[in-house]
Amino acid sequence: MVIAEELAKKQKAISIAEFFEKNRQILGFDSSPRCLLTSVKEAVDNALDACEESGILPDIFIKIESKSKENVTLIIEDNGPGIVKEQIPRVFAKLLYGSRFHSVKQSRGQQGIGISAAVLYSQLTSGRPAKIVSKIDKKAPAHYFELLINTQTNEPEIIADKIIEWDRLRGTRIELEMAASYVKGRRQSVYEYLKDTAIVNPHARITLIEPDNNQIIFERVTDKVPVEAAEILPHPHGIELGMLMKMLRYTERDKLAPFLRYSFSRIGLQTASEICKKSGLDPEKDPREVTLDEAKRLHEAFKKVKISAPSTDCLSPITEELIRKGLEKEHTIDFIETTTRPASVHNGHPFQVEAGIAYGGNLPKEDKVEILRFANRVPLLYQQGACAVTNAVEGIKWKAYSLDQPGNSIPVGPAIILVHVASTHIPFTSEAKEAIADVPEIAQEIELALKEVGRRLKLYLSRQDKLELRREKEEIIQKILPLIAKKVGEILDRPTPDISPVVAKIMGNVFIQRIVSQNGKGCDVEIRLKNHSEAVRHFSLHETLPYSIKAPSPEPKSIPLGKQTDHLWKITLKPQEEKAIIYKLDIKYEEASKLPQPVAEGIDEELITGAKVVNV
Amino acid sequence: MTFQSNKELHDSQAKTTLKKLIQDFYGQFESETIPHIVLPSRTKKNIELKEDADVWVYGDTESLRSAKTVKGAKQILKTSYVVDLLMKGHLEQDKSSTLRELYYISENWDIAKFHEQSESDRLIEDLEIITGLQREDFHVRPEENGATMFGPIKIKEVTKRGERTMHCQEDVGEAGYQIPYNVETVEFLEHDAKFIIAIETGGMYDRLIENGFDEKFDSILVHLKGQPARSTRRLIKRMNEELNIPVVVFTDGDPWSFRIYASVAYGAIKTAHLSEFMATPAAKFIGVQSSDIVEYELSTDKLSDQDIKALESELTDPRFETDYWKEQINMMLKLGKKSEQQAFAGKGLDYVTDTYLPERLGEMGVI
Repeated sequence: MVIAEELAKKQKAISIAEFFEKNRQILGFDSSPRCLLTSVKEAVDNALDACEESGILPDIFIKIESKSKENVTLIIEDNGPGIVKEQIPRVFAKLLYGSRFHSVKQSRGQQGIGISAAVLYSQLTSGRPAKIVSKIDKKAPAHYFELLINTQTNEPEIIADKIIEWDRLRGTRIELEMAASYVKGRRQSVYEYLKDTAIVNPHARITLIEPDNNQIIFERVTDKVPVEAAEILPHPHGIELGMLMKMLRYTERDKLAPFLRYSFSRIGLQTASEICKKSGLDPEKDPREVTLDEAKRLHEAFKKVKISAPSTDCLSPITEELIRKGLEKEHTIDFIETTTRPASVHNGHPFQVEAGIAYGGNLPKEDKVEILRFANRVPLLYQQGACAVTNAVEGIKWKAYSLDQPGNSIPVGPAIILVHVASTHIPFTSEAKEAIADVPEIAQEIELALKEVGRRLKLYLSRQDKLELRREKEEIIQKILPLIAKKVGEILDRPTPDISPVVAKIMGNVFIQRIVSQNGKGCDVEIRLKNHSEAVRHFSLHETLPYSIKAPSPEPKSIPLGKQTDHLWKITLKPQEEKAIIYKLDIKYEEASKLPQPVAEGIDEELITGAKVVNV
Repeated sequence: MTFQSNKELHDSQAKTTLKKLIQDFYGQFESETIPHIVLPSRTKKNIELKEDADVWVYGDTESLRSAKTVKGAKQILKTSYVVDLLMKGHLEQDKSSTLRELYYISENWDIAKFHEQSESDRLIEDLEIITGLQREDFHVRPEENGATMFGPIKIKEVTKRGERTMHCQEDVGEAGYQIPYNVETVEFLEHDAKFIIAIETGGMYDRLIENGFDEKFDSILVHLKGQPARSTRRLIKRMNEELNIPVVVFTDGDPWSFRIYASVAYGAIKTAHLSEFMATPAAKFIGVQSSDIVEYELSTDKLSDQDIKALESELTDPRFETDYWKEQINMMLKLGKKSEQQAFAGKGLDYVTDTYLPERLGEMGVI
């Protein structure tokens, strides 16, 4: 007993401050820039979550002021629902208070230890209290608090508590002074974090005022508040044995089968009795009397019985359209494709993967592709190398999707790859919650999502290539070839050569040429047809003339059209095939050489050179 | 035949050759063929040893420039414009332009204009290859004259202002005789030189003149000025073949200098079509050899990344495919060091002329 008492004393003596100091790294408070980033992140996540729950379009204001060489003041203000007076001290000045650890619901707040950690860090490094203002309604008063955390008891210490004038409808404002530094121009910075947050929260307006008073606004691009994720019962596949035992012990149900039905999602009458049968347990048994051994059998039975996947209304994907809008608003790009995969399950937790790929515009061409990783709408800025998203990106053969990829690593090119994983439980590699673990189900979904947008990128790029080729050919035939022909004619003092046969060849077109030659009093006419393409071409050739034609070969179909006659030949030309139509005319050469161009019908205009194309 | 009529004949031949090229294009239009030209590939992979002349020339690999692509079409357009200028602006009017002027003339050619001088320079080389003529035949001159030479030889040069006769030791200033851009106008009258020493850097050339090396060893000193101009290489070849004077090449000991020697002795990759005209296969390399760096304990610099790449590239260059060069290149790679000619100054200003060069010339059997 004495020893235990001694130990208990010691245990108590481990203050919250000590706990924090020992765990700073894993809580996201290591380097001076990261401390600021983590604090911003906790406050912004809270604000976004609170707004979402109350259906408010978030308007978040962040101001960072340099206080001294080592210290900054961080002010974050939101237009959220506010916090009732009684709760304010505990929300901000008690560690682990009101955490969401037990709710089965997708939320940002799963990410960190909470805003109180930032309050504690601020207090430990600056010695100053956190200053909080909160107002819950237009008519309600604004409450002002100055709070410290009692590091012995983990209880709030109220330094000041008063009602003040605050010209806001409602919302919360927090001001913290801390040892931290504001950095720019690198991935892991407040600016980049807010930019990424704005991409996946296109319904939010975020304003940042930097220490030099430079103001940056990430404007909202939609007025649609994301559908609030529903809270669901745990799914049998995600439950751990210990948790199951706890649920059995504390249930209000008296019989096992109803316990199963009403404590878990996706278990109906049928499934419940099947589970009981498989585990050899009586459906009528009092769940509170289930032994450890029986619980194990029950747990095993969950895996054996077919249970449908958890419902996914507990997930709130960003949606394809909003990812597109989000990326477009922060970057100038030529192409963007996004996808939201159907929801899926890992270890009983529903999850859903979304991916986007943006290409071109003013993205750097020679750099590695930027990967934007998000978990439940929160940007992940650290530990890129350890993340399932990065592994999936590296595992894909991007060359098949028209991106360069030196040595199976991150591809290179003017592109951004965005991956968002939404889940009631994101499996992180560590407490720092910066990298998603390589869970096979999630990894596979990420891969599928990336391949899907990759395929669309490839389609786009190959279309661009074709257009480019077409444009290049146009330039040759319209600008360069005529100049060459003119110049060589000039040099040799000869007429400019006819470029149309060469044009047809370069374009891969069908070339149609009428050659008229004098023959006695009349004329011989030859129409040469050559297919320069690699495809079979079908069309009709018309010679609509006010003259009758003689000795045509092959014989045309002749249709009188008033004073004229339309002579029609059905033409089929295999790749590279050449054909000729001949006939005679009883007119003078001068007259015949003024005939209008032959007309082709039933073929695209751009596939013909040397004839007029008419399509009715 | 008088000089004048000779020149006229020469010009009209050049015109005919150029005209032929344009007729080809014209004929291609008429025969419904996409205009194109075929040229030998001008890369290190496509040079081969011409056995009888012992120089490196272009091999059989050909590259096609066709109007099927924008690049090829523009190339043909530019070729037509340049030929027009050469025929009507140069040969018919007995005018000439420098390579740089030619580049500027193209400013008025709309989409046929050159974007940098290297592009027009290259096109002129292409025309040399296609026609088998030299740019002088089209009245195109390089920007600068050749370098200088100094030594016991008497020459006669036909200049635009008449003939000039001079002895390259007695009738010239301290800098020596200026080699003109067209050395075909130079005639050798008499000499008592035992060998020619071609020197890469001006500093070393001046050192040898100051130390009286030319008099002491009866040698002609030729300044290469880095990668030697065509006229310098042509003059060295003419002296070697017409007067039977052996040639040695003295450069820095680094990968780029090995290439200078190769272009004197074997021909340059860029102008392999002229190798037979300009390369001196009998030219021998004095140094600085990789082995000299060790033997003479010269002060050195570390090889840069580019140096190492250049050496590695030389290992696959057919011109260096001899045991001697493989050994020199590999040794330099192994040492990781290079040395300049002037590093000999570290042993005293006379060391190079009193010790190093006589030793090497002795080893090589030149003296």
